[in-house]
This record gives sequence, C-alpha cells and structure tokens, in this order.
Amino acid sequence: MHQTFDAALGINLLHANQAGADHNRSHFDQWGITCLNIMSSPGAGKTVLLERTLAALTQQLKIAVIEGDMTTELDAERLRQYGVPVIAINTGRSCHLDSKMVAGGIHVLEHKYNPTEFDLVLVENVGNLVCPAEFEVGEHAKVALLSVAEGEDKPLKYPVMFQEADCLLISKTDLVPYLDIDLNQIAANVRQMNPAATIIPISAKTGEGLQTWFDWVQAQVLARNTVSPGATVT
Amino acid sequence: MTKALIVTLRDWWEAQPEPPQISRVHLIVGKFTCVEPVSLQFAFEVQTRHSFLAGAELAIQETPLIAFCHTCQQEYTPEIGIQYACPSCNSPMEDIRSGRELKIDRIEYCSEPTPTYAPNL
Repeated sequence: MHQTFDAALGINLLHANQAGADHNRSHFDQWGITCLNIMSSPGAGKTVLLERTLAALTQQLKIAVIEGDMTTELDAERLRQYGVPVIAINTGRSCHLDSKMVAGGIHVLEHKYNPTEFDLVLVENVGNLVCPAEFEVGEHAKVALLSVAEGEDKPLKYPVMFQEADCLLISKTDLVPYLDIDLNQIAANVRQMNPAATIIPISAKTGEGLQTWFDWVQAQVLARNTVSPGATVT
Repeated sequence: MTKALIVTLRDWWEAQPEPPQISRVHLIVGKFTCVEPVSLQFAFEVQTRHSFLAGAELAIQETPLIAFCHTCQQEYTPEIGIQYACPSCNSPMEDIRSGRELKIDRIEYCSEPTPTYAPNL
C-alpha cells in the first residue's frame, strides 16, 4: 500500500522562470547595464522603434540588442547597420521570450564582448500581447507599444500587459487622421489599471514623441548608474 | 506557460530526497492572469506523457479579480475586458487583492519512487 503525502508549496507557477530572470538581472546589475523589455503585438513597430533609438542614442550610450522577434535575419541586419551588437535568439515557434532564452543572449554578450562597456540592453520580445507580460526576462523596466490602428479597447482586452508596463508608447500616431481613434481614450483605458505608467504617443515616421522616449530611456539608465552598486531600483 | 510549470515542478521533484510519484498538482490561478485553465489542463496532459509527471492530475482553482479602492475604502469586482476603475468613484485599479495568483498550492504524491521515468522534459 502506497502512502499518500501532501506537500504545501505555495510557490509561483513561474518560479523557475522568475529565478532565471533574477539571475539575468544580477548580471546586468553587476555590469552596470540597464535592460528594457520591449513588447507589443506583431507589427506595432518594435523594430523601427529600435532603429530610431539606436540612431539617436549610440553616441551617448553603449547599446546591445537581444532580438527575439525575428522572422528573418532581415530584422537583425536592419539593426546591425547602426553598429551595435545584435544578438539573435532562436525562439522557434515560442510566443514569448523566457529568462532562459535571454540567458543565452547574455552568455554571448559576456563571451563575445566586454559586458562592462555596455550601458543599455534592449530586448525585443516576440510579437504578442499576452504571454510576454507574465514572463520576466531580467529587465529593469517593461515597455509596451500599442499602435493606434489596433484600437482603443486593446488595453481593456489585454490588461495584464498594460498593467505591467512601466512605459507605454502609442505608436503610428501619423495614422490618426485616417482612423476613428481617440488617443485620449487609449490613455484613459490604460490609466484605469496603470495610473503610474509613462505614456508617450510616438510616430517613427514624423518623429513625434521620439525625443520624449529617448529622454525616458536615458533617465532609466541614469537612475541606475547613480545608485550605489548592489542597490535595486524599482 | 505549461513548460514553465513543468520546469518549476521538476525543480521541486529533483530536490526531494527520493523523487516521489506525483499524483495531483493543485494550482491557484487568478482571473487577471494570462492563463486559460482549460488550455493549461490540455497542454499539461499532453506534455507530461512519458515524463516524471505522467498520470498526474492538474486541479486548478480559479480566483476572481478583486480590487480595493482606497478612496472609497471598499473592495470591488472589476469587469475584465470592460471596466477596471472603481465603479463608484472612477479611481484607477491600483490595489489588486485577488486575481493575480499563479501559484502551485500543493502537491499530492506517493512515497513510492519512480525510477523508470527520466525527467527528460
């Protein structure tokens, strides 16, 4: 007769992923790197945002990209033109990056480059508004993009993503004249569940809002570089 | 998500002095998460075949989304997909009291170890 036992665990279902994310973050902290996790649905403009960001900030900051949203090598090639390391992660058919995949990217950064030289790692997640919100990869802040063409209701329908975001970029604002969309309503819907998020309307086409975004990124890096080593910024 | 759960369970399983036969895993899953219990049940069943979790049942208890409004000093139930702010005063949902859980509550297992299964997931 087998005896049956009952073990009370009370641990998070994502415990293993969380432990990996904390480990990744401790590497970033040790090297003085700020890591941003950039998430959105497919086609909201993550890659073009990275292009504009690299073009604007590579003079001031040493940046590397960990590229998870790669359907072809073309995306990575687009970004390599800016002279920064682009570490492509083979996500297969995964719908999100997890901390183990990003650990693979960190391993490349550590062994192919001198990680202490870097200030900023931008992680481009897989295009998806659902799963990436639950899987930390070791980032210091989460950035979500929502393009105006996706509709005002998306923050209400995919609330976890928008509740978790530290910064929300409302992208493709140049399209607003052609759509029945109310930017204020998008912002109001996000504010219902996330009053603290920084919300920046941007257009990679016209340049609207990009300087505000660059300033936000630089402020994130600065905030982490001015605290004593080992301290955590939340 | 299923893979993440299995990895977490495997870590626990491997940490036991004698890896036990797990018969049932009790989860608490909040409504304000990215987990759909029906899909998780199905994926768990498929992905645990021929593994250390073969035959283990997944028991999922869902918890409702409950928020606390500090202005009104009372709890309310946001309508997921429609309205998250406080229905009385419109304050944003800032304090989630329930609904964000993704927890392995407890594991039922037998003392008999299962040496024939390799944790090959």
